[in-house]
Amino acid sequence: MLKISNVRKTFNKGTVNEKKALRGINLTLNDGDFVTIIGGNGAGKSTLLNMIAGAYPVDSGIIEIDGVNITKMPEYARAKYIGRVFQDPMKGTAADMQIEENMALAFRRGERRRLRWAVTQKEREFYKDSLARLGLGLQSRMTSKVGLLSGGQRQALTLLMATLKRPELLLLDEHTAALDPKTASKVLSLTKEIVEGDHLTALMVTHNMHDAINIGNRLIMMDNGKIIYDVAGDEKKKLTVEDLLKKFEEASGGTFANDRMMLSR
Amino acid sequence: MSGLLASLLGAISQGLIWSLMVLGVYITFKLLNIADMTTDGSFALGGCICATLMIAGVDPTVAAIAGAAAGGIAGAVTGILHTFFGIPAILAGILTQISLWSINLRIMSDKSNQSVNKIASDITFWVDRLHLTQSQATLVVGLFVVILAISVLYWFFGTELGSALRATGNNEDMIRALGVNTSFAKLLGLIIANVLVGLSGALICQSTKYADVGMGTGAIVIGLASIVIGEVLFGRVRNFALKLNASVIGCIIYFMIRAIVLRLGMKANDMKLLSALIVAMALCIPVLHAKWKASKEYKEIEEDDPVSDGTPMKGEVD
Repeated sequence: MLKISNVRKTFNKGTVNEKKALRGINLTLNDGDFVTIIGGNGAGKSTLLNMIAGAYPVDSGIIEIDGVNITKMPEYARAKYIGRVFQDPMKGTAADMQIEENMALAFRRGERRRLRWAVTQKEREFYKDSLARLGLGLQSRMTSKVGLLSGGQRQALTLLMATLKRPELLLLDEHTAALDPKTASKVLSLTKEIVEGDHLTALMVTHNMHDAINIGNRLIMMDNGKIIYDVAGDEKKKLTVEDLLKKFEEASGGTFANDRMMLSR
Repeated sequence: MSGLLASLLGAISQGLIWSLMVLGVYITFKLLNIADMTTDGSFALGGCICATLMIAGVDPTVAAIAGAAAGGIAGAVTGILHTFFGIPAILAGILTQISLWSINLRIMSDKSNQSVNKIASDITFWVDRLHLTQSQATLVVGLFVVILAISVLYWFFGTELGSALRATGNNEDMIRALGVNTSFAKLLGLIIANVLVGLSGALICQSTKYADVGMGTGAIVIGLASIVIGEVLFGRVRNFALKLNASVIGCIIYFMIRAIVLRLGMKANDMKLLSALIVAMALCIPVLHAKWKASKEYKEIEEDDPVSDGTPMKGEVD
């Protein structure tokens, strides 16, 4: 499915701000893998997702999806394989456009845009049914501007849009971090429902260790640009937050000095 | 009194033709979020090409279309400088605009203006056919072309491609993540906008019976002022076609205001100052309003703030 071989990325090379963000990442995902990624600030989690999505070029290494080498493919061209939800709820939708227009844009992810009507009557029914699945009552507000929705509603809509046309790979970059706890848990349970219900392959970055353990079938821990722990199946199910903290100390040889992660225990 | 009426009729007909340029500015400024400085140059380019071709004996309709196409090429140059080479949009537009000044002079064989007084145009066609004045005939042609332009734009921006273009101006990261080449979308938007601007310049040349290398100076400010006037008058409309109409009406009102203040004795040369003031005011007022509101809402002590337990998601509106 997704195969990452020896990917490296250094920001601001040759300056005092040089930052080795990824130091040789090797990762293979199988079809239907739902992987959570944890790690401290600056571990390279978001950089990894951005490299897969093509937001910046990698320095070396190869990224393949379904056997296709996408390493040098521009961001917009990779969109045909990848659905994304960003951390910032404002980033995933067009505020000045209607809900149904946003959905129609997402429904054509990776397709050539033609001179056909952007939203057809037949699609409207499909969008309505999909929106009803969110349980937020948005199906009765199809022509409302997205800018009128709350952050949580927008993030739920973005999640739906990212999966409206089945993606080969779904990238979730701390997509609940900017939401209040109640909304965050609602969006998270929707995520679980959609990813597991549609058997999607997904990578989810999170700062919450409970979520990282309880969601998905595989967990990856990153530190200092490397994957330091990769666990799946039954072994993952038995994990506790204490185990994770210990693993981190073992692997990185230091204490888990990250307030956000400590607080989210 | 009849003098005022005649000058108002002239203003309305000029406003209609100029409003094609305003529609172009609407696309770049409102939809793509780019202040496209090409506008001034491509407006004059449309006029100069049209005049030169008409003098060379080319059919006036073909000459106007050529002016529009030339505007589109100018837009493409700005678009390529901006998207492919990463030059900031404003600077890319200024570069194209300034180079067009030299190009326009070359097109007109080093003459800064060119009369097409005795040559048959799309406007004089109706003057002869329906026994109209030049203003009335301009009104007829303007109305036809503007209705056509709004219809085509309404259709285009309702298509998959057009809505991808709107989304590019609205949230570039989002639409790129959905697989749209945003560089191409911006390039296309700049081309369409400048086709309209070039066409506007060409028809103004036919209506006023001359072209001048300076005819486009300040065009973008007129465009922005017209959009502002349209928004003030029709701020509540949501339908896209009505928004385009609002800008057209804004442009007509702009030219009516111009005719009136000129009759009241204002110098024609001061008109650009007035336009700039209108636009600057329209951009400043929202900022002042926000600052005033923020300082008015500030309290040293907030009384009795109920502890929020997280807002419910169902049906809530921000």
